[in-house]
Amino acid sequence: MTMTMNNEQPTTNNELLTLQGIEKAFFGVKVLKGVNFTVPVGGMVGLVGENGAGKSTLVNILGGNLQPEVGALRFAGADYAPQNPQDAARSGIAFIHQELNLFPNLTIAENIFLTRFPRTRATPFIQRGEMHERAAELLHEVGLEIPPHRLVETLSAGERQLVEIAKALSIEARLIIFDEPTTSLSERETARLFALIARLRASGLAMIYISHTLADVFRLCDDIVVLRDGEVVGAGATKTFTTEKLVSLMVGRTMSQLFPERRASLGTNGANAPQAEQCSALLDVRDVSQPGVVENISFTLHRGEVLGLSGLMGAGRSELARILFGLDPRQHGEVRLAGEVLHRLSPRNLIEHGVAFLTENRRSEGLCLDAAVADNLALVTLPQHGRTPVRWLLRDSWQAAITRIRSVVQLDPKTSDTQPVRTLSGGNQQKVVLGKWLLSQPKLLILDEPTRGIDVGAKFEIYRLIHQLADQGAGVLVISSEMEELMGLCDRILVMRSGRLVDDLPRDQFDRERILAAALGTTKEMAS
Amino acid sequence: MNRASQRLLDFAPLLLFVAVLAFFGMQSGKFLEPRNLVNIVVQASSTGIVAVGMTFVLLTAGVDLSVGAIMFVAAAIAGKMALAGWPLPFALLVMVGVALVFGAFNAFFVTRVRVAAFIVTLATLFIGRGLGLRITETRALTLPDSFLQIGSARFLSVPLPAWLFAGVLIVAHLVLTRTPFGRQVFAVGHDAEMAKKAGIRTGRVLAAVYLISGVCAAIAAMVTLGQLGAVSPKFGEQKEFAAIAAAVLGGTSLFGGRGAVLPGTLLGALLIQTIENGLVVMNANPYLYPMVTSAVIFAAVLLESLRKRVR
Repeated sequence: MTMTMNNEQPTTNNELLTLQGIEKAFFGVKVLKGVNFTVPVGGMVGLVGENGAGKSTLVNILGGNLQPEVGALRFAGADYAPQNPQDAARSGIAFIHQELNLFPNLTIAENIFLTRFPRTRATPFIQRGEMHERAAELLHEVGLEIPPHRLVETLSAGERQLVEIAKALSIEARLIIFDEPTTSLSERETARLFALIARLRASGLAMIYISHTLADVFRLCDDIVVLRDGEVVGAGATKTFTTEKLVSLMVGRTMSQLFPERRASLGTNGANAPQAEQCSALLDVRDVSQPGVVENISFTLHRGEVLGLSGLMGAGRSELARILFGLDPRQHGEVRLAGEVLHRLSPRNLIEHGVAFLTENRRSEGLCLDAAVADNLALVTLPQHGRTPVRWLLRDSWQAAITRIRSVVQLDPKTSDTQPVRTLSGGNQQKVVLGKWLLSQPKLLILDEPTRGIDVGAKFEIYRLIHQLADQGAGVLVISSEMEELMGLCDRILVMRSGRLVDDLPRDQFDRERILAAALGTTKEMAS
Repeated sequence: MNRASQRLLDFAPLLLFVAVLAFFGMQSGKFLEPRNLVNIVVQASSTGIVAVGMTFVLLTAGVDLSVGAIMFVAAAIAGKMALAGWPLPFALLVMVGVALVFGAFNAFFVTRVRVAAFIVTLATLFIGRGLGLRITETRALTLPDSFLQIGSARFLSVPLPAWLFAGVLIVAHLVLTRTPFGRQVFAVGHDAEMAKKAGIRTGRVLAAVYLISGVCAAIAAMVTLGQLGAVSPKFGEQKEFAAIAAAVLGGTSLFGGRGAVLPGTLLGALLIQTIENGLVVMNANPYLYPMVTSAVIFAAVLLESLRKRVR
C-alpha cells in the first residue's frame, strides 16, 4: 500500500478488478446488461446465478475470448481490454475451468511451460533440469507430490486441476477465476482444493469463485455477487446473505415469457380422459443407472404429457436423454415403451418404435449443415419414399411430404427447399430438425434444449408444436435450462441433481424456488 | 488385463519386427548375415527419411501426400542441372530449394487458406508429377557418376545413405523431444484449438512441419539418386504410402499427438524393408510384393485402431 491515498475515492487503491457497465449481446439478444462489480486486492468474490444468467459470458470477457460491446474493465490499476487468452495471462489473470485445458499427451512440466520453456543457453534445446525443478517447486506449492515428468493422462481429475493451478502460479497470476471447479472432483479432492485455496489467499491472491454449490460459496467467499438475466441483482458481504435470500435473488419474480394456452392439459389433476388413464403410460423407465453418469432413474411418461426435466448443467439430464435414445450405454435398468420392454436401446431400434430425439447440439449433431433444407427434412423418413423393388426414391411422395411438413412447422416461406441449412436462422434450423422428426410421426419426443439460441417468436411456435403433439397423444420429454420455459410448457417437472432424480412436481405445485433448491441441493425436502 | 494388452500393442512393432527377422532367418541362412542386414538398413534409408518427415506432419494430425512428387521434381531438376554441367553440391542445394518451395505451398494452403491437408497435398502430388514429367520429357535421365558416389561412398565401412538416415533420425528425435517447437507439435496435434488458446502459434508450427516434410523428401531423393544413378518417370512414385505406413507401423497416430521417430518410425521403415528384402532372398514371386506390403500396411492401421480402442 502506498501512502498517497486518494481521499475522494478511498477504495480505488484497494480494487484489483473493476467491471463497469459491461454489456454483451448475441444475435441481438442481450446477455449482459451493464454488469458492475469489483474484486478487491486479495479478496474472494463468489459469483452465483442460474444457468444462462450470463456467468460464462462474463468469464469469457475476462479471459479475452469475447469483447464487451459497452463498458470497461480495469485490472491492477490499468485499463484492461484483453483481445485473446494470452493477453489475460500476461496481465496476470488465470482461469481454472470446469473442463481442463491440459494436453494429456504431454508431461506435467511441459503443460506448465508450454509457451515459455526454459532453454539451455545458445541452443534450441529445452533446459529440462531447470524445467523439472521449477515445475516440482510449483507442484509442491499446490500440494501435488508427483514427478513433473509424468504424463498428464495418467493423472486424476483432481490432480489435473492442481496442475492447472500450478500453471496459474507459474504465470504469477494475481487473480484466479474458478469456474465450477468442484464438479468433477471427489470429496477428498474438493477438501484438498479448498485447503489450497485458503493457502493461496493467505499469500495475497485474489479469486473469483463461480459455483452452483452455494454452501461452498458461503464457506469460501468474502463477498457474493448474484447475477440474473445479465444483471447484478445482489452484491455484498457474504454475511449479509442467507441461502434463502440468495436463491430468491437468483430466481427473481418475473414471468416475462409468453406461453401458448394448452387446450387439453392432463397435468393438473388428471380429471380429463379417464378412460385413457389405464393405458396411458407411454415410457416407463425403471432403475436406469450408468456409473458416474446417472443413478437409479425411474419415472413414467404418459401419453399426451409434456414432462420437463430440470437441473443444473452437469446434473445428468442430457446424459439421461442420450441413454434413453441408445446413444450412450447403460449398466442396468429397464425401459418400457408402450408396455413393451426394450432390451436393446439403439437409435435405429427406437426410431422404428416411434421415438424422436432432438439433440442439444443442433449444429453439430442435429443437422447436416451444408445439405439442403429438403434433404435434412427427409433424412429420417427417407426409406418411406423408396418402397419400390429397386429402392428408387419416389420424388413426388417425397416432395409432398416436405411441402406438408414445412407448413406444419411454419418454416419461413422465404427459404427454399434447396438452400443449405447453414444459411438459416437458429429458429428455422430448429424447425427443420423438428420437422424431420415430425415426419416420422413419433409417439415419444425427447427434446434437449429445444429453444436454445432461438428468438422469442420462434420459441413460441415451437411451444405450440410441442403442445399440439401432446394433444394428439404423443409423449414429450423436454430438457431445458430455462426454468420459466419448463414451467410454462410442461405438465410435470422432474428435477435432477448429480445424476439422480430429486424431485417431481405436478403443474399445480410448480415453484421456482423449490425447483432451484432441489437442483442446488440446498434443502432436505425431496421427493421420496 | 487392459494394461497388459496396452503394453503389448505398444511393443507390437518391435515384436512384429523380431518375428519377421526370425521368420526370414529360418527361410534362408543368408538373410541374417551382417552384410544383408546392413543392406536392409541402406535400402530402407530413402523411405525411412521420408517417413521421418511424414511423422512430423502426422503428429499434427495432417498428412503430406506430395512427398513422392517432391522427390521426383527435385531429382528431375537436379538431374537436368548435372547433365548441363553444374557442380554436384549446387545441384543438391537446388533440390532442397525445390522441396522448400513445395513445402511452403502446402503450408500456405493448409494454414492460411485452411484447406484440408489431404486435399492440398494431393493437388501438390499431381502438380509435382506433372512438372517432373515435363522437365524430363517423360524420358529416364541417366546421371553422371558423381551422383552414384553418394550411394556407394562409405564411412567406417557403412554406406553413406545409412549415415544420412541415422543423422536425420537423431536430429528429428532431438527436435521432437527436446525443443519447444517439438513439444508444441504434439500439443497442436492433440487439439489445435486448445493449443491456440494456450498461446501456441499454431500456424507457424503447422507450416514448419510441411517444410520439414519437404526437406526430408529432398534428402531422400538424393539418397535414391545415389542408389539408382537415374531419374525414371516413376521416381519416388507412391513413396508417400510407404512413408505413412512406416510411420504408423512405428506407432504414430493418424489422429495426431502421439508418436515418435525413435524407435517408432525407424522400426516401421526397417520392418517394411525387411519384408521386401526377405521376399527377394526367398525368391518369392515379385508380383507378391505389393500384396504383402499392403497386408503390412493394413496390419499397421489395424494396430493403430486397436491401440485407440484400448485407450
